[in-house]
Amino acid sequence: MVDSSKDLLQVKNLKRYFKMNDSFSKKNRKYLTAVDDVTFSIKRGETFGLVGESGCGKSTIGRTIIRLYEPTGGQVLFDNTDITTMSQHDLFPFRKRMQMIFQDPYASLNTRMTVSEIIGEGMETHNLGSGAKRVERIQYLLNTVGMKKEHANRYPHEFSGGQRQRIGIARALAVEPELVICDEPISALDVSIQAQVVNMLEDLQDKLGLTYLFIAHDLSMVKHISDRIGVMYLGKLMEVCASNELYENPLHPYTQALLSSIPIPDPRLNKNSKRIVLQGDVKSPINPPPGCRFNSRCRLCVDQCWLETPELIEVRPDHYVACHLVKKA
Amino acid sequence: MNDTILEVRDLKTSFFTHLGEVQAVRGLSFVLNKGDILGIVGESGSGKSVTALSVMKLIETPGKIKAGEILFKNENLTNYSHSQMSDIRGKEIAMIFQDPMTSLNPVISIKEQMIEVIRRHQKVTRKQALERAIQMLKLVGIPEPEKRIHAYPHQFSGGMRQRAMIATALSCNPRLLIADEPTTALDVTIQAQIIDIMKDITQKLDTSIILITHDLGVIAELCTKIIVMYGGMAMEKGNIDDIFYATAHPYTRGLLKSLPRMDRKAHDRLNPIKGSPPDLMKPPAGCPFAPRCEHVMQICKEEAPALYDLGNGHESACWLRDERAPAVENYNKGGR
Repeated sequence: MVDSSKDLLQVKNLKRYFKMNDSFSKKNRKYLTAVDDVTFSIKRGETFGLVGESGCGKSTIGRTIIRLYEPTGGQVLFDNTDITTMSQHDLFPFRKRMQMIFQDPYASLNTRMTVSEIIGEGMETHNLGSGAKRVERIQYLLNTVGMKKEHANRYPHEFSGGQRQRIGIARALAVEPELVICDEPISALDVSIQAQVVNMLEDLQDKLGLTYLFIAHDLSMVKHISDRIGVMYLGKLMEVCASNELYENPLHPYTQALLSSIPIPDPRLNKNSKRIVLQGDVKSPINPPPGCRFNSRCRLCVDQCWLETPELIEVRPDHYVACHLVKKA
Repeated sequence: MNDTILEVRDLKTSFFTHLGEVQAVRGLSFVLNKGDILGIVGESGSGKSVTALSVMKLIETPGKIKAGEILFKNENLTNYSHSQMSDIRGKEIAMIFQDPMTSLNPVISIKEQMIEVIRRHQKVTRKQALERAIQMLKLVGIPEPEKRIHAYPHQFSGGMRQRAMIATALSCNPRLLIADEPTTALDVTIQAQIIDIMKDITQKLDTSIILITHDLGVIAELCTKIIVMYGGMAMEKGNIDDIFYATAHPYTRGLLKSLPRMDRKAHDRLNPIKGSPPDLMKPPAGCPFAPRCEHVMQICKEEAPALYDLGNGHESACWLRDERAPAVENYNKGGR
């Protein structure tokens, strides 16, 4: 049994800015605030979902956590150890414990390596098993993700999108990670294949006690797989709570609009449900002015929203909202 | 019937690649009446986009319409020459694509692109065309259209580009609009805006729509009729209520069941369809869905079923509907 009361990953005030190159002088340098002051934690064995529209910074968070991007500020604690300022050498043992599954199963596999080379590469880097033992483990992994051992000597181009995503998952699992960051793992797949992969991810979690950070824009799938969900908008977390709670009782105006704009595959339900259609587009994330990031599209916006940035506060037990209009109960 | 806008009869489109013939569409027939919003739903490779391109006669080599008739206003488009088609495209049948950036010219302003389309098909002055263009942009909800019309496509956001595309497509009052995954590249909140615009506009302009998508949610919001495609063939056809609530074909049922539902609890097990779609290079002899079907019979593997009429325009291509087929328990309880 895993101890579920402990946080495996803590993200504290994480910031990641990207320099914009359209200015010569340092004074007028512009920054794109991809992730701005984001705080959340993931318990061991839990699935935490991050949702938001394109450009909201959800993928940047995933990449900053495993330090594919260097954080601009804030802390990432993995198993109570601060990994944000660690040297690459010290970070090495942590790399084994955190793995990533990518969105595009066509771009994320090296076309010149066989499946067994792809899966075995991480094991080689981390010195896990050798010779016959490694071959055995690769076959075991292929079997776990629902593929055959004959597939080990084939190349990625011989497989369909769903099968490739399975190879990507086997590669992530090869080094026995504790945390797996799934960055839109199913959005490139067909509907009937999506359900296969999601079911498999859930089975693997039960079997191996994995912790997931599940990043996606498809709210219905995130809701299905996650225990808790964080909703992002323009680099900020807007609302964090349990997934059933988010659906039954969304408090942030953005979450409410997001939920209501999902087309439900049920025509009769659609006719009865009232939709909040947001006006306008997402603001630019470059040098954003103070105030709530969502203010220009919010139907409930008041003066305060243009002046102060709302903090993410706990308005109910385990339900965090960043909105001036949602007061503590 | 006088109300028929488009009738497709036994359409077969193939791509002759150096590896062999890929049979993308294998005998599809459907009728589109005035005011219909027809949704063609299917997974990648099911032939839904090729169907749309065939109707527009935009299939390029090595692709070819092998057989079939495309009747638009009782004229067979398959016999039309290139220049005859050019008169129809944009004027009578317009099309919008998934990625508006690939169909808008990046070095010409929105204004010039819209005026070009309008003046190609209508005898109007530049001034009149500009007025019409601004009026169309206003209709699709672009703020300050008089100013924004001078912009170039890259100055628009994804949602605005798609609106500009819709405005351009509808500027000559086409009888039929073909929309190929119009909202797939967009965020959900923008998608909701575009769906609203499309609903609104068909009512105002009296245009029929063929909507091609893989998203059953979008279909449920917008369409009146549906064709479910798989492996280049129609599996099931019918009006929206029949498809969602009296689902007849095992593939449609599988598709509906594999979707996560927002009103269900987290971690409820999903029901995926086992296996993967067929290879259209060597399509199966029988029903394309047979290898993945839970009700598969011997006949399914040998011979493709015809469409069985279930009444009220609801048809299902499944041997289970044959009178000789064994009864399947709990089968008629509907999809969802």
